[in-house]
Amino acid sequence: MTKLLAFAEIKDGDIRNVSFETIAAARQIDEGAEVVAVVFGNKNVEEAANQMIQYGADRAVTVTHDNLENYTSDGYTQAAMAVIEQENPDGMVMGHTSAGKDLSPRIASKLDSGLVSDITAIDGEDFVRPIYSGKAFEKKSIKDGKKFITIRPNNIAPLDQDESRSGDVASLDVEIKDIRTIIKEVVRKASDGVDLSEANIIVAGGRGVKSEEGFEPLHELADVLGAAVGASRGACDAGYCDYSLQIGQTGKVVTPDLYIACGISGAIQHLAGMSNSKVIVAINKDPEANIFNVADYGIVGDLFDVVPKLTEELKAIQVK
Amino acid sequence: MNIYVLMKKTFDTEEKIQINGGVIEEDGAEFIINPYDEYAIEEAIKLRDEHDGEVTVVTVGDEESEKQLRTALAMGADKAVLINTEDDLEEGDQYTTVRILEAYFEDKDVDIILAGNVAIDEASGQVGPRLADKLDMPYVTTITELNIDGDTVNITRDVEGDEEKIETSLPLLVTCQQGLNEPRYPSLPGIMKAKKKPLEELEIDDLDLDEDDVEAKTETVEVFLPPEKEAGKVLEGETDEQVKELVSLLKTEAKVL
Ligand SMILES: Cc1cc2nc3c(=O)[nH]c(=O)nc-3n(C[C@H](O)[C@H](O)[C@H](O)COP(=O)(O)OP(=O)(O)OC[C@H]3O[C@@H](n4cnc5c(N)ncnc54)[C@H](O)[C@@H]3O)c2cc1C
Ligand SMILES: Cc1cc2nc3c(=O)[nH]c(=O)nc-3n(C[C@H](O)[C@H](O)[C@H](O)COP(=O)(O)OP(=O)(O)OC[C@H]3O[C@@H](n4cnc5c(N)ncnc54)[C@H](O)[C@@H]3O)c2cc1C
Repeated sequence: MTKLLAFAEIKDGDIRNVSFETIAAARQIDEGAEVVAVVFGNKNVEEAANQMIQYGADRAVTVTHDNLENYTSDGYTQAAMAVIEQENPDGMVMGHTSAGKDLSPRIASKLDSGLVSDITAIDGEDFVRPIYSGKAFEKKSIKDGKKFITIRPNNIAPLDQDESRSGDVASLDVEIKDIRTIIKEVVRKASDGVDLSEANIIVAGGRGVKSEEGFEPLHELADVLGAAVGASRGACDAGYCDYSLQIGQTGKVVTPDLYIACGISGAIQHLAGMSNSKVIVAINKDPEANIFNVADYGIVGDLFDVVPKLTEELKAIQVK
Repeated sequence: MNIYVLMKKTFDTEEKIQINGGVIEEDGAEFIINPYDEYAIEEAIKLRDEHDGEVTVVTVGDEESEKQLRTALAMGADKAVLINTEDDLEEGDQYTTVRILEAYFEDKDVDIILAGNVAIDEASGQVGPRLADKLDMPYVTTITELNIDGDTVNITRDVEGDEEKIETSLPLLVTCQQGLNEPRYPSLPGIMKAKKKPLEELEIDDLDLDEDDVEAKTETVEVFLPPEKEAGKVLEGETDEQVKELVSLLKTEAKVL
């Protein structure tokens, strides 16, 4: 039987949704495979391991160590290699997140294996990924060695949670030592709890928002929609919001059901981070703005006029 | 200080992408230095100016890559190395590229290697970490600040918008993120000087590699364009009407509310 590892990622004590998506991806690679969840951390890893099982993993292997509190390449590599040595899997799935991007190439290198990164769909033996800033796609296959992939969050739907599902959770003892890159401090910028890469609806503002206060109407719209607020690089560089809100090639890559771009021109580097969204709405006063070329619905107008009215209209229908 | 930069020439993704015979049409396309590698080149030049030493820019590419290497030299790099695979290899992937780079670096005395965080065309972000592993060097990805004091290196790393302050030591590999610096434009005297700077050209044979050593682990099965999107609906009328119509479309047509 094929055996595939599914990596859980824990951030600020919470398991990220993409972890559950790795299990679904493993099942798409081989429905009959044994899927083994892998969970690392400095505490409470069993809880995450059990959640992984409820989302479809058959069993879980955990490594608990003080040096696994924060992600470091050296620490996680030691833990991952110990698990791989014990399990000798046929493949691995990780999220294409900051940690996944940093770790997966190193593990692939250690195993002299191929790695297909940033996958948005699985088609039999082939892996589909966006290339050229999302303007094209390619299908890749792995010729030999382990099937090792990273998946873009919010593209491969997780399986339904089954709280009655149980499985073995085994802890593996690994000495995690000689970390060569020491984290002295973590400066948290990400504002409220919503993880942009997991959000179903995003309201994003650009330089057209004009000031920090200008984001207020966007927050109000986001509140009625239960949405997360994001931004373009332009808005971040201008100091209207924090860089943790940035969407695009250098920021977060998002795939929500609905993306509402307000005062964003639609530069290629921004599109690279959001053009895969299912439905795109553009609000921009310039009818020639490039964002209208990717939008499903567009309103040409002043966002300070349109956005509050949109919020009111949504409130009105919610009351009904 | 021995400073190396990994540079890839990339297709300018601002351009229209077309597919011809199953591959991206490159004829007539504009090629540029991968933007994230420009940050790497700029940072390398700054490091050299501060700590002395030499900046060598290395690329695995073809004859055409000389243009981007000359640009890097014109910005201020000291030497360039082109590992030209045109005559020897038909196919390759990240494994291939890194296997070649590993062989190149085998006998080099390296203090720091700067790479881009991602190449905007194939965009896997694998090359930096894979190479660091092969060279058994620590690495830090997506850096936005770099300070070297003796053997101690202090780095700010971008982690999805959060910042990590990291301490590490040389030798080291880093991958550069936007925000690290503002890359300079080549100056006219820089461009003149670049013509005389050394540009070494190697083939895989010079690195004691043959085709089998670098055989790709992955294969491209198909390249395709996303389904042509129907032109979006630009709504008309007064703002109030537009907003009402939008909400109704989002509910009934797009079904996302
Ligand atoms: C290597 C590299 C990486 C990059 N990475 C990213 C990235 O990850 N993410 C990203 O976003 N950018 C990125 N960029 C920057 C990108 O090229 C653009 O500069 C940026 O996206 C522009 O932001 P903007 O659309 O908010 O601003 P602008 O381009 O200035 O657009 C502002 C828009 O607002 C509209 N507007 C103004 N006032 C109003 C109003 N009252 N009502 C409605 N509309 C209004 C204008 O018509 C205009 O279209 C990157 C650039 C480089 C070189
Ligand atoms: C003969 C040959 C044919 C190839 N054909 C294909 C193909 O058809 N499809 C395909 O996907 N790939 C192919 N490759 C590999 C491709 O050219 C890239 O080198 C490799 O894909 C790098 O991966 P990336 O673009 O994802 O870069 P990333 O890993 O995203 O790049 C990150 C950073 O690594 C460094 N880097 C990346 N590539 C190079 C390089 N070539 N030289 C120096 N530094 C580099 C840069 O600093 C870059 O910013 C081929 C390679 C060879 C040798």
